[in-house]
Amino acid sequence: MSYQVNEKGYYGDFGGAYIPEMLYPNVEELRSRYLEIMNEPSFKEEFNQLLRDYVGRPSPLYFAKRLSEKHNTRVYLKREDLNHTGAHKINNTIGQILVAKKLGKDRIIAETGAGQHGVATATVCALMGIQCIVYMGEIDIKRQAPNVARMKMLGAEVIPAKSGSKTLKDATNEAIRDWINNPVDTHYIIGSAIGPHPYPDMVTRFQSIISEEIRSQLHEKEGRENPDYVVACIGGGSNAAGTYYHFLDNPDVGIIAVEAAGKGVNSGESAATSQLGKEGIIHGCKTLLMQTPDGQITEPYSISAGLDYPGVGPIHAHLYKSGRGEFYSVTDDDAMKAGLELSKLEGIIPAIESSHALAVFNDKKFKPEDIVVISLSGRGDKDLDTYINHFKL
Amino acid sequence: MNRINQKLEENKKLLSVYFTAGYPALNDTVQIIQDLEDNGVDMIEIGLPFSDPLADGPTIQDSSTIALKNGMTTKLLFEQLADIRKSVNIPLIIMGYFNPMMQYGIEAFCAKCQEIGIDGLIIPDLPVAEYHEHYQQTFEKYGLINVFLITPQTSDERIRFIDNVSNGFIYMVSSASTTGAKNSFGDVQQKYFERIESLELKNPQIVGFGISNSETFTQATKTTKGAIIGSAFIKHITKNGIETIDEFVKGIR
Repeated sequence: MSYQVNEKGYYGDFGGAYIPEMLYPNVEELRSRYLEIMNEPSFKEEFNQLLRDYVGRPSPLYFAKRLSEKHNTRVYLKREDLNHTGAHKINNTIGQILVAKKLGKDRIIAETGAGQHGVATATVCALMGIQCIVYMGEIDIKRQAPNVARMKMLGAEVIPAKSGSKTLKDATNEAIRDWINNPVDTHYIIGSAIGPHPYPDMVTRFQSIISEEIRSQLHEKEGRENPDYVVACIGGGSNAAGTYYHFLDNPDVGIIAVEAAGKGVNSGESAATSQLGKEGIIHGCKTLLMQTPDGQITEPYSISAGLDYPGVGPIHAHLYKSGRGEFYSVTDDDAMKAGLELSKLEGIIPAIESSHALAVFNDKKFKPEDIVVISLSGRGDKDLDTYINHFKL
Repeated sequence: MNRINQKLEENKKLLSVYFTAGYPALNDTVQIIQDLEDNGVDMIEIGLPFSDPLADGPTIQDSSTIALKNGMTTKLLFEQLADIRKSVNIPLIIMGYFNPMMQYGIEAFCAKCQEIGIDGLIIPDLPVAEYHEHYQQTFEKYGLINVFLITPQTSDERIRFIDNVSNGFIYMVSSASTTGAKNSFGDVQQKYFERIESLELKNPQIVGFGISNSETFTQATKTTKGAIIGSAFIKHITKNGIETIDEFVKGIR
């Protein structure tokens, strides 16, 4: 079985490009050119140079000694939290801004939930001197004031999404509508492994720098390229897709995805899409999504704004349905505890998204000799208020 | 012969009206359809509301949100329409997004449409290639005409492909935009209308998006078969209530 996207834009039963005709020319332009652009030597050179000198890559692969002792296995952390802007999101925005330049676009739009992707997009637009408009749910703007301020300081315009539930899914709708209304000069930088083909594949390829580095770094440290497991949290799933990418076709490497259970999978306040979702269409692709029996998309819940999305990327829907990936869901409480544990054991305060991945030890027992690589997708600075309130620190 | 094809053969410019089912009130559906027909509207698009209508501007979004809050569902819409053919003769088209239809089951959805007497479907987020490959046979089995959109950005080659796959009319989106009213059409639209006319397509074209009054209706139908009004109609019934549908239609032509 293949875990790569096929020529029609599908991962197994999932993916495709379910878009209104108004978007067809834009998406088709991107589809017909993204691979050719990404393979140009001059593109690769500029991309790699920016990842090295601007983002600070390669990000360390850190052997977490005390965490390993605690859980009686060998844990490595892939330190995406040390990237410029504090998360993995910038790997993709650097790639897409360079694609946008090659396509001759001079206006960038993006959606954001917690604001991490918005900040990463505003950052690369500042870097390139390109106009940047970020759509963000009205409710999220209130919840994530520091990131709104960062985007504004970087020169981006933040437009509140006031439709529907006024969160990430509605910000995505508004960004898509903007693109419909500005079909010629604008590129839409999608932040996760979602959207119409070729977005899930393009985002995955830009994020695949994560698994590429894991291989060479592990080879250096352990004399082997392949860990026994790679673990990542999943909202839309961009850090997960990048963490898994180079291991997808190697059955010796276990793939573990951790979703946000919110207040519990069956509490009615959850974002565990693989457990609660059904096949359907959201934001231009066929995937698993949370919806009513009547096909209306429902609002998910997680303490982590970055995992608060009612769908998963089509690649992950395929990994779930095919059985290639092991899926777990972690509650708010367990994720917060895992975040505190990492802080105290290793001196690293993780983003709450990443804390979900760290809570994998509650559900999965590893062998002492296993090498487990966990993607530490972001740093916890943005979440301090949430941690403080949760633990009454 | 499908009612849509019959209507297209009539020697007149067609006025088609869109409304969102379940709006303003849950059970207004049949009354709105009846009044539109009684006032001389040629064709009706019944909007099946969706939580995330990507191609729609604020007016239709808001009407959809309210319709869903009112309790509209696919099943309920079919129940409301069960006897519609006892009193209504003009073509009826359901316009909606693909996900609710998928969840109902495409075959079951099409079968139900045929049973009720629905003549066609407009599904903005079902791409023509996907339809052609996976769904065309099912739609045709139940006698449904699927209507595709083209825009000023659609290439001649792609328009020809869409023309080939279509067997009713082509929905000409007037400009690069989501749904919603504009006051008039500019040079860009005029050139676009002329370009489409010169292609001599086998399917007639009906223009939608941005038709709001008799001026835009006349402009849009100069080189085409008709025009569709959606947002402007919804604004009218929001402001004046559904008892004044006659005023609205008279204002158009």
